[in-house]
Amino acid sequence: MATLKRVFMYVFLSGAAAISIFPFLWMIISSTNRSVDVTQGRLLPGSALGENLSKAFEQIDILQALMNSAQISVITTLLALLISSLAGYGFEIFRSRAKDIVFSILLLSMMIPFAALMVPLYRMFGSISQTVPFIGIDTISSVILPTMVTAFLIFFFRQSTKMFPKDMLEAGRIDGLTELGVFFRIYVPTMRTTYAAAAIITFMASWNNYLWPLVVLQSPEKRTIPLLISNLGSSYSPDYGVIMTVILIATLPTAIVFFLMQKHFVAGMTGSVK
Amino acid sequence: MNIKARTNAISWSFIALAVIMICIFYFYPMVRALMLSFQSGTGTNLSYVGLDNYARLLTDSTFRTALFNTFIYLIIQVPVMIILAIFISVLLNDPKLKFKGFFRTAIFLPAVTSLVAYSIIFKYLFAGDGLVNSLLMNLHIIQTPIQWITDPLWAKVTIIIAITWRWTGYNMIFYLSALQNIDNSIYEAARIDGANAFTQFTKITVPLLKPIILFTSITSTIGTLQLFDEVMNITQGGPGNATMSLSQYIYYLSFRYTPDFGYAATVSYAIVILIVIFSVIQFRLAGDRK
Repeated sequence: MATLKRVFMYVFLSGAAAISIFPFLWMIISSTNRSVDVTQGRLLPGSALGENLSKAFEQIDILQALMNSAQISVITTLLALLISSLAGYGFEIFRSRAKDIVFSILLLSMMIPFAALMVPLYRMFGSISQTVPFIGIDTISSVILPTMVTAFLIFFFRQSTKMFPKDMLEAGRIDGLTELGVFFRIYVPTMRTTYAAAAIITFMASWNNYLWPLVVLQSPEKRTIPLLISNLGSSYSPDYGVIMTVILIATLPTAIVFFLMQKHFVAGMTGSVK
Repeated sequence: MNIKARTNAISWSFIALAVIMICIFYFYPMVRALMLSFQSGTGTNLSYVGLDNYARLLTDSTFRTALFNTFIYLIIQVPVMIILAIFISVLLNDPKLKFKGFFRTAIFLPAVTSLVAYSIIFKYLFAGDGLVNSLLMNLHIIQTPIQWITDPLWAKVTIIIAITWRWTGYNMIFYLSALQNIDNSIYEAARIDGANAFTQFTKITVPLLKPIILFTSITSTIGTLQLFDEVMNITQGGPGNATMSLSQYIYYLSFRYTPDFGYAATVSYAIVILIVIFSVIQFRLAGDRK
């Protein structure tokens, strides 16, 4: 009976692992095959990777999309970390009743679905377009601004600040540092792992964001990676080998970040509920 | 007093920028959306129509279809995924299990993919002449290919399978980290008292996991009510409107059909109200069993 249970356990977990991994394997294998082979269900690596890569860079201009995505994700992550950690620190270290009320109101914004914000935001950026063109529709700023600060990230920094040794701040103040000095010289370096986790969450969300860029970015040369993939995927005569190569390249940054920082990643995800 | 006022001002300046940003990009648009929901017209030619949009919701068959689809996803996908995630995490928490790291990483892996990327992969895998069909036919489970994408019923199944693939591992991590915090001596005591594995699961594991179950079911519910990337890229809402989600309907109303921002805002308020109702229900359900 006990051995039967063991066997079932391994069979079940192996099955779950196989189902989870298979689409990745198929993507990697297909990126080395020609489109015809992919449609015929070939499951062995082929020799067309070079050909697919050159098509991806020459015909589709994946480099432009990668640069756009990288630019948006890096700027979003840097600004999000700065603004949210200042706020999370402020709410916890300078705690007061008034601030607690403000904080609970901010948390309500987590209940607002993006689909509900999409139309008014589009109209807001549309009306700004005429007066301040560089933050209007079809600019990088219009992608970054509304997705940058989230109540979730402020909440995340506040929760992490609860575990921060407050004596260190007092020591910094006695040494004559300003409040901002205490924050940047003492808090930021001590909270490196929290920042790493927050950076991963924000970067991934930004890199993979689809709906808002789809609404606001209109010219083809400003397309981000998800827009490019979506476009390729809905074409009438898809070149499967090339599409799989593009998806592979697009997935690499997040997969690398995941494998390098697996610990922070999991800590970052679960840290907020602990 | 002067110093106190100064310190107070400094303390508020830390949170000011974040508060302003959330107000501009969350609360202000919601007020604008509320105002929009009382207006109608095409593009920027909007005029005040009172509650007409809300009346239109009640008779709109596409809205009803999108609402129905979203409910189906919610009622079937969220419980299946949560039960699967708890089950896997309990198996993975077994102290004698070998290759634990491999299983955990493999099952979590789908959570690192972009929603658009995995949707396209699923669209190809589940195509009429795709790999899933040829695999099932080779194993003699089915005789003729299943129309995963083009049959109204199977298309919903495909969407549910896809979302479950993407998010089970993600939710599993929450349960796993909670299970690791449960003291093993509780289980030993239960075993001495003669509790079998099933009783241990229902009487110890589930009650202790309750806060995490609540957390994951609320986040999954909110996620499902906002479902967009998958339906847009796997089925495009089709066949007909058989897989159309509420978020996708708002997108179509605003940017695909002749734009009607007023009515789109009304539909978006329907989602907000649903999210509030579901969150309250889930909190109540969790509270009652205390």
